[in-house]
Amino acid sequence: MDAILQQFFNWGVMAQALPLLLKGLGMTLLICAVVIPLGALGGLLAALASTAQARALRWSAIAFVDLFRALPPLVLLIFIYAGLPFAGLRLSPFAAVTIAFFLNNSAYFAEIFRAGLLSVPKGQAEAALSTGLTPAQTLIWVRLPQATRNVLPDLLSNVVEIVKLTSLASVVSLGEMLHAADLVRSVTYNASPLILAAGLYLLLLWPLVRLIGRFERRIAG
Amino acid sequence: MARSPETTPTLEVRALHKAFGSEPVLRGIDLSVARSEMVFVLGPSGSGKSTMLRCCNRLEEPTSGEIFIEGDRLTGPGVNLNAMRQRVGMVFQSFNLYPHLTAMGNVTLALRRVQKKSRAEAEAIAAEALDKVGLSDRARHHPGQLSGGQQQRVAIARALALKPTVMLFDEPTSALDPELVGDVLAVMRDVKAAGMTMLVVSHEMGFAREAADRVIFMDGGRIVEQGPPDQVLGAPTHDRTRAFLRRFHA
Amino acid sequence: MDRFLDTFFNAEVLARYAPSILDGALVTVVLSVLIVLSGIGLGTLLACLRAYRIRPISFLIVIYADILRALPPLVVILVAYFGLPNVGVVLSASVVLYLVLTLVLAAFAEEIVWAGITSTPQGQWEAARSTGLGFTQALVWVVLPQAVRMVIPPLTNRAIAITKMTALGLVIGVPDILGNASTAQSFSANASPLTLAAIAYVILFLPFVIGSRWLEARFARPGA
Repeated sequence: MDAILQQFFNWGVMAQALPLLLKGLGMTLLICAVVIPLGALGGLLAALASTAQARALRWSAIAFVDLFRALPPLVLLIFIYAGLPFAGLRLSPFAAVTIAFFLNNSAYFAEIFRAGLLSVPKGQAEAALSTGLTPAQTLIWVRLPQATRNVLPDLLSNVVEIVKLTSLASVVSLGEMLHAADLVRSVTYNASPLILAAGLYLLLLWPLVRLIGRFERRIAG
Repeated sequence: MARSPETTPTLEVRALHKAFGSEPVLRGIDLSVARSEMVFVLGPSGSGKSTMLRCCNRLEEPTSGEIFIEGDRLTGPGVNLNAMRQRVGMVFQSFNLYPHLTAMGNVTLALRRVQKKSRAEAEAIAAEALDKVGLSDRARHHPGQLSGGQQQRVAIARALALKPTVMLFDEPTSALDPELVGDVLAVMRDVKAAGMTMLVVSHEMGFAREAADRVIFMDGGRIVEQGPPDQVLGAPTHDRTRAFLRRFHA
Repeated sequence: MDRFLDTFFNAEVLARYAPSILDGALVTVVLSVLIVLSGIGLGTLLACLRAYRIRPISFLIVIYADILRALPPLVVILVAYFGLPNVGVVLSASVVLYLVLTLVLAAFAEEIVWAGITSTPQGQWEAARSTGLGFTQALVWVVLPQAVRMVIPPLTNRAIAITKMTALGLVIGVPDILGNASTAQSFSANASPLTLAAIAYVILFLPFVIGSRWLEARFARPGA
């Protein structure tokens, strides 16, 4: 029992690691702040393309989405970070992470927005068009607000997934929270920094997980 | 060909054809509706009456034929469709109110985004329209908080607020509980009394008899018979009209 | 163009390392199948347990599901791989990866199946009980089959997302597709093994992604 406390809940080690972890948390949040809006925008565009009339556009959007849903994000990240330099394209860890996560997130956001857009009855667009709104105005003022609301739990749970995904950035030595924790772990031979990181992730994400559960129940009921 | 405003029909449909794939739904409709006239369209389901109505603001794209609003062409390339649609109000069977907006928001959306009116101006116009349909006190309610009849009246206000030249009603009461139909018909009566030109697809025979200027009977994608309500409903000359009406009176 | 081919599709490098990546693919497939079977099995079991509505047990299940849904799997993997040996539990990298991803998938599966159970109409329970079935029988024979049918699309999506995470094994040295490709890449100083890995993942997972799209369309049809 003592060994477990010593190994996983060593307050001394945690206190030592905390400042570095908080700095890492800052990077985690920065990645999120860049990647979530970009991914949502990319996903929205892909969703619009995948529900478009033009067949070529529709199929290329679906191919894009399926390709990046099939490819593990870490594979994409390693490919971009470690593979592209052989072709002379050397990206900073942050740029590599941004590009890899943008492609991955766009695909997931696209599926969610697509489901949302398809959930809005056709009559809504017809009513808007009949009052003279352009197709673009119809999208912005009538279809998107409803689509977003219908898939809000899915959008939020994708945000949770993205925050969790940022931990992969540690693999390319981008100093986010998990990287910081693992650094201290490797120096102290003690897992407590990882537990501390886990605690901080929980602090960040548990409320969101609970909130999503509440939304889902409300929509079902 | 220049025509005086008095003789130019408010809505004119010429040789309208519409096919879904290889399935013809409209086989040549000619129709003209004069200013302030209320024309009722009857017919069995599948007769093409809703499609004809939806062609009149191009929610369905006609396969061929022409449609004019006060002599201005609605069909064909180069038409500013969104501007033209403002002149054609549409009321749907399923209301199609925007669930994420209040009654007021439903009415003001096109006023603000298409006509670019200020919020205050749009709300003043919307308040007037909601007052006309008797729902001033429901302006801040969302569609989910309104009865079916109230929702349809908001939908009428939404179309009315744009001051259209002609209004199209696509079975406006068929999704309503019987006790709520009366309120909607009363509003339509008021709209007519105010001089609106109306094209109505509906099965409300009593209302047609009392309020319509003309009744059209459609079957198989054609206009089979038309005339004053008493004549078409009371003494139809065509077999198919008689058969249709018998089913209704039975 | 030549340089591009030489970097990403170098025939010599591809030929040399294809066997190793194929070995990795076998590891990925075996791990994935095991994770899906045990993760969904465990998750369904937990959801059923929760249906009995025994307070302390339900509470523990909810806490478990919440924590493992909120934590990045990589954190759990690192804790298990680097922490456990120091308290006397030594597990191989592959076993750690298998256990962690199973627990994560079980957490998601529990929530999904539970949602299915709660959205099965009350009348189904009543009909089953009225014919003399006990609670467990009603659950197993009447409610669970309907619940599982309802949640197949989200369950499939989640299972795909989590089996893709076997690639995280790279970090602790699991000899799976990405692990072997990464080793090959550093030996050969060429990106072709990574290209091959990406292709291998697409070949393995794309059919399931397309399948899930088909499932969703099928299940979305009203009355289906």
